[in-house]
Amino acid sequence: MNKTVEVRWHGRGGQGAKSASAILAEVLFEEGKYVQAFPEYGAERQGAPIRAYNRVSDAPIRRRCGVQNPNIVVVVDPTMVESADPTEGSAEDALYIVNSGENAKKLRSRLGVTSKARVLVVDATKITLEELGQNRPNAPILGALSNVFTEVPVEAFVNHFTNKMKKLPTKALEANRKAILRGRAEAVFA
Amino acid sequence: MSNKIKVMTSGNLAFAEAMRQIDPDVVAAYPITPSTEIPMKFADFVANGRVTSEYIAVESEHSAISACVGASAAGARVMTASSANGVALMHEIFPIAASFRTPIVFGLVNRSLGAPVNIHCDHSDSMPERDSGWIQIYCEDAQEVYDSVLLAVRLAEDPRVLTPVFVCQDGFITSHCYEAVELLSDEAVKNFVGERTPQYPLLDTDDPVSYGSFTMSEYYFEIKRNQMEGMNNVLSVYAELAAELERETGRNYRPVENYRADDADYLIVVMSSAAGVVKDVVDELREEGVKAGALRVRFFRPFPRRELASLAKGKRGVAVLDRSASIGGTAPLSSEVKSALYALDKRVPVQEYIFGLGGRDLYAKDARAVFEKMIAGEYGEEARFIGLLEKDDEDERA
Amino acid sequence: MSKPQSWQEVPPGTVAFGASALKVQTGLWRSSRPVVDAAKCVSCLKCWIQCPDDSIALGSGGKVEGINLFFCKGCGLCAKVCPAGAISMHPESGFAHEEQRDGEHPGEVGAHVK
Repeated sequence: MNKTVEVRWHGRGGQGAKSASAILAEVLFEEGKYVQAFPEYGAERQGAPIRAYNRVSDAPIRRRCGVQNPNIVVVVDPTMVESADPTEGSAEDALYIVNSGENAKKLRSRLGVTSKARVLVVDATKITLEELGQNRPNAPILGALSNVFTEVPVEAFVNHFTNKMKKLPTKALEANRKAILRGRAEAVFA
Repeated sequence: MSNKIKVMTSGNLAFAEAMRQIDPDVVAAYPITPSTEIPMKFADFVANGRVTSEYIAVESEHSAISACVGASAAGARVMTASSANGVALMHEIFPIAASFRTPIVFGLVNRSLGAPVNIHCDHSDSMPERDSGWIQIYCEDAQEVYDSVLLAVRLAEDPRVLTPVFVCQDGFITSHCYEAVELLSDEAVKNFVGERTPQYPLLDTDDPVSYGSFTMSEYYFEIKRNQMEGMNNVLSVYAELAAELERETGRNYRPVENYRADDADYLIVVMSSAAGVVKDVVDELREEGVKAGALRVRFFRPFPRRELASLAKGKRGVAVLDRSASIGGTAPLSSEVKSALYALDKRVPVQEYIFGLGGRDLYAKDARAVFEKMIAGEYGEEARFIGLLEKDDEDERA
Repeated sequence: MSKPQSWQEVPPGTVAFGASALKVQTGLWRSSRPVVDAAKCVSCLKCWIQCPDDSIALGSGGKVEGINLFFCKGCGLCAKVCPAGAISMHPESGFAHEEQRDGEHPGEVGAHVK
């Protein structure tokens, strides 16, 4: 029985959660996995809470319903740790990837998870403010994810990001590349 | 063999890519969620000179379809897209397109009709058009959307058919879901769709014609019956075209997809993306020793009555899952299924279900519960609602 | 006049053949007829602009020559808009002695179906 990994992203409209979930899917697709990436829309406006999903499997994926029990939960915006209820439906031993600069213990308790859950923290906001001068957390988050999907070389994440964002000027792309690599390096398990 | 490439794309973008490769003569379109990306992406292609199509940016969906009918009657190959109340706004023109025999190919991205305003998927926009005279094809995923657009162009323009086609896909669920799709090369698509040879184009001033003149009762009935013959030829023509495309793609979609139905005792009949989770549940139940099966109806118009009846014959039970209601009557898919099964000598119990209105998901547990009720022999005359919150129910979402 | 056809034989797509508008004698519907007083007419062409049936006959230099009686349905718009009062409407019955031109009767059912 093939295991399908289900990922749920929590972000705000305009933060790049949808793009990041699409990039993750593309990267894994290139590695020969079957993937889905789909966003969930409520109000179509900037700043509105959005969710995006991925399914990843070694077998063709047929179901298209929403992800109710994610194995991996990504929280792109630290304010959503409480407001977005990221633990909803997730397995007890789910992996959380959270954009936060907070103390690990505090974060865990705010998330409300047991010791069974793994929490990977990366201060994506700080990284992108330093590298890009803007709070655009999705690049370091992708870098952090490269620690999880270890079969994929981190270059693949960089290349797909660059490709997707090719409308950006070279300086911005280079800054994002750095942000991805920093995300990978600076992510720590809480 | 020609080059094929596999890309990550969505249902909408796959439709738009097929449009680019087909390079229709005219596209007149108006945006509406969730089909907006189709004309939006196509407008990009036009602006960047990647197609030679004439793009008419109109002020409403009614104008869009009117322009399409005019262009198609003039002899052009025409495509467009819309959803929900945009489709509804086109309603009065649809029968005209069909009786003019204009072979328009239309990307219908299923979204609920207002009110209340809801941007998510159900089939309440395409079902009211089931009497319009248009062909309706329902696709499960982005690959099927892509393949179906190519088939639809040939099917619509075939002189034995000459009928416009709705290529339907579930809004957001399919249209916005990124997944792997295998695309044919531009050349292969061009070879498959060829050029349109219009029958009586209005632009032929040497042999001028009028379309749709005033007609008295002595003539109308025969003209309509003549039109119906095109629809009657669809399934046999489609079989030819599907076999032809299969040589390029290796895929052949039947009018009704048979998923482990042959030796099944219980069947779920369903359309579009929800079939995915139903098939997963069929596999799970089979592992548990239950002879479950599924029928995914792909052609809703013309409805493959005989094929469905022969697949459902002798089953212990059939449950039909409709993603729209016909308020005051039997839900559309149920109605067709019951009608098709009427001809059978031995009655097969059918349970009508309504699900997914306004984009509410169908989960594995829901599909399983449907099978379990059939196994328990629980059938009722009234339609059942899947996942509907009844008074005194505990709300799982709370 | 043509007969109703079987469904197998009707032309497809509600098509009617030929650009037949020029053959249909809509003038047969007339119950009042416009008459132009040439002495008063200044060829301002307001009647020509308003006529729904293209029934104001123009000659060289754009001068109003008269009414095209094959098409004129007698709606009276020309008489209404003429600023010189050059056009008056008269009951058609007063012209019954005239010879009728030959054309397809506009009221004929299916006249244009081949």
